[in-house]
Amino acid sequence: MTETPSFPEPVISVRNLVVEFATRRGPLRAIDGVSFTIGKGEVLGVVGESGAGKSVTGSAIIGLIDAPGRIAGGEVLLHGKRIDNLPAEEMRRLRGRKIGMIFQDPLTSLDPLFRVGDQLIETIRTHSDLSASAARERAIALLAEVGIPAPERRIDGYPHEFSGGMRQRVVIALALACEPDFVIADEPTTALDVSVQAQIIALLKRLCATRGTAVMLVTHDMGVIAEAADRVAVMYAGRIAEIGPVRDVVKHPLHPYAAGLMGAIPTLSSEADRLTQIPGAMPRLTNVPPGCAFNPRCARAFDRCCIERPEPALPSAALAAREHVASGHRVACHLYTAREDAR
Amino acid sequence: MSEASLVVVRGLRRDFDISRPWLNRLFEGQRRLFLRAVDDVSFEIAKGCTFALVGESGSGKSTVARMVVGLLPPSDGEVTIDGISMQSASDSGSRQKLRRRIQMIFQDPYASLNPRWRVSRVIAEPINTFGLLKGEAVTKKVGELLTLVGLHPDDGDKFPHEFSGGQRQRIAIARALAAHAEFIVCDEPTSALDVSVQAQILNLMRDLQKEFGLTLLFISHNLAVVRHMADRIGVMYLGRVVETGDSRALFARPRHPYTRMLLDAVPDLDMSGRQRTPVAGEIPNPINPPSGCTFHPRCPQANERCRREIPAMIDGVACHAVEEGRAG
Ligand SMILES: Nc1ncnc2c1ncn2[C@@H]1O[C@H](COP(=O)(O)OP(=O)(O)OP(=O)(O)O)[C@@H](O)[C@H]1O
Ligand SMILES: Nc1ncnc2c1ncn2[C@@H]1O[C@H](COP(=O)(O)OP(=O)(O)O)[C@@H](O)[C@H]1O
Ligand code: SF4
Ligand code: SF4
Ligand SMILES: [Mg+2]
Ligand SMILES: [Mg+2]
Repeated sequence: MTETPSFPEPVISVRNLVVEFATRRGPLRAIDGVSFTIGKGEVLGVVGESGAGKSVTGSAIIGLIDAPGRIAGGEVLLHGKRIDNLPAEEMRRLRGRKIGMIFQDPLTSLDPLFRVGDQLIETIRTHSDLSASAARERAIALLAEVGIPAPERRIDGYPHEFSGGMRQRVVIALALACEPDFVIADEPTTALDVSVQAQIIALLKRLCATRGTAVMLVTHDMGVIAEAADRVAVMYAGRIAEIGPVRDVVKHPLHPYAAGLMGAIPTLSSEADRLTQIPGAMPRLTNVPPGCAFNPRCARAFDRCCIERPEPALPSAALAAREHVASGHRVACHLYTAREDAR
Repeated sequence: MSEASLVVVRGLRRDFDISRPWLNRLFEGQRRLFLRAVDDVSFEIAKGCTFALVGESGSGKSTVARMVVGLLPPSDGEVTIDGISMQSASDSGSRQKLRRRIQMIFQDPYASLNPRWRVSRVIAEPINTFGLLKGEAVTKKVGELLTLVGLHPDDGDKFPHEFSGGQRQRIAIARALAAHAEFIVCDEPTSALDVSVQAQILNLMRDLQKEFGLTLLFISHNLAVVRHMADRIGVMYLGRVVETGDSRALFARPRHPYTRMLLDAVPDLDMSGRQRTPVAGEIPNPINPPSGCTFHPRCPQANERCRREIPAMIDGVACHAVEEGRAG
């Protein structure tokens, strides 16, 4: 059994988040009651298949849900203060100073018409009172920190002169320019080759550890999570199916969906002839089944699963002991709730 | 080995002309510029087996695939399938026959399925083109194929956009099978899919391969997927195959420094905490590749000879250090 790493100070707390999109046929609930915290210096990995709600959760936290979407319930706290109800202007300032963002395509964060250095210097100066030359010094130091060789020369280059991996490093430098307390990285390595991906993950981890930044790392790649995260949340159809220390979830997933997901991934060491196959596909938002959203695909579903929705909870004590469940490992599945008549 | 090989690829090379238009060249005094996307690539695929090409973006995998199926003429070299040369099969009869036996599946099936055709027509097309069946038998066959790839015969009435990415890939597979293809070239068939859908498609492909004795050229940048699917593997770097061998052996005992680096970069899902060497540098610009062994700027074992001389493929590895017995 592994110990839960202790991150005492929550930087970000999300409580019962609900996000809805207005459509002609009424509101569609994309996120339905998501809760978690991320501590100082902690990386929370968020995984799940496409459409599970990873990006919407991330955007909601940093106030970037655009109409027709809106936060329809719950709250988001930064250092214990609510930020989900801040006026747009105040939220924008907060994003510059306290929150950094890294997205899949570095070109969306970099303006192709401006030199890399000018973009960095502008960001630094908007959010601090450094002089132009001091800001330039700082920009060079940042580029060096993210591993750009010869930064004093590269700082005057344009984004297109950088390779994909280098651009993502620049975006990371940009996200860190104001020493944010919280960084959200949405699929930061998905567009990169494995060798570059490995470099970027190592960089993110190192920066987070040395600066004590809280990181929400969104990805559909369990390998990236295994490498980089301290804890992981597995999302399915807008909800968290399982959340816990990364080692436990990756090696001993409890939720049938999480277990299926792990078995579906080919690894370099597995000798299996066939991969675990979860039948069917994730439901559309228009058509999420009642009870547990996973029930039509779940081999272990029983009658209660079609009626009652399971909430993320600590597994019952007896089960926790039998299945070696570490503390802080929550799962939203009726198989693990206290009722002994289950299964 | 040659007798059992369905596919033989010899010395394949492809240059792309990337010069500016000649008028610009005239004014700017620029010379013609070529990019060598594939250089001296050779491999064989035994009947009923899977050969995989793996390598990072831009290493030339798709260019090889397009030359193998005849979508792109090689600048040099030859592709022979069941003894018939793709390059010199001049009479249209044997060409046509060869074309039916080879099918290709792409990363984005949407791009390869006619969006205005109903799925039944998409799948029936090769049957009609090659005159394999007639009338009622075609409809029946299409229904069978849809069932075979895990869809419903009624799905034939829908259009491609009504399906998810994984389902579209199933349609593309059904279409390849409709032609009675024996050799299927799959270029990143699951790279755009979620892992759970990828597992469904990979399982399906293996089942069908067993059932119909299909021969596969499987292309992917994902080493774990490649290891799962392939009998033999070729590792590509900047247009060349740098190491080739039996899948299990190659992953258990990688010999080329690049293969080792690539394997070390794969996230460790077993969380074994194994010691790994950090990845150095990035793939160089293919327009202006390094001299000698193109991997030398990133290679911990590089020496003077590596900067000068292109290593020959010896016993499955193209590396001076391995040849000289000084690779760790
Ligand atoms: N039509 C073309 N004109 C010019 N250059 C090309 C052309 N097609 C490919 N190339 C170049 O040839 C090289 C190999 O490309 P290719 O598409 O075969 O790589 P790949 O291994 O399939 O990469 P990926 O993993 O990104 O699909 C690259 O440098 C690419 O830019
Ligand atoms: N602007 C929008 N309008 C309507 N639905 C949306 C919008 N953006 C996202 N959604 C829906 O919300 C769900 C979650 O999406 P997302 O968070 O992007 O998933 P992912 O886990 O792949 O990041 C999906 O069903 C998606 O279709
Ligand atoms: S609650 Fe029921 S249907 Fe849902 S995952 Fe658990 S066993 Fe399966
Ligand atoms: S030939 Fe030289 S540079 Fe190339 S991989 Fe071998 S040791 Fe390294
Ligand atoms: Mg997303
Ligand atoms: Mg390609």
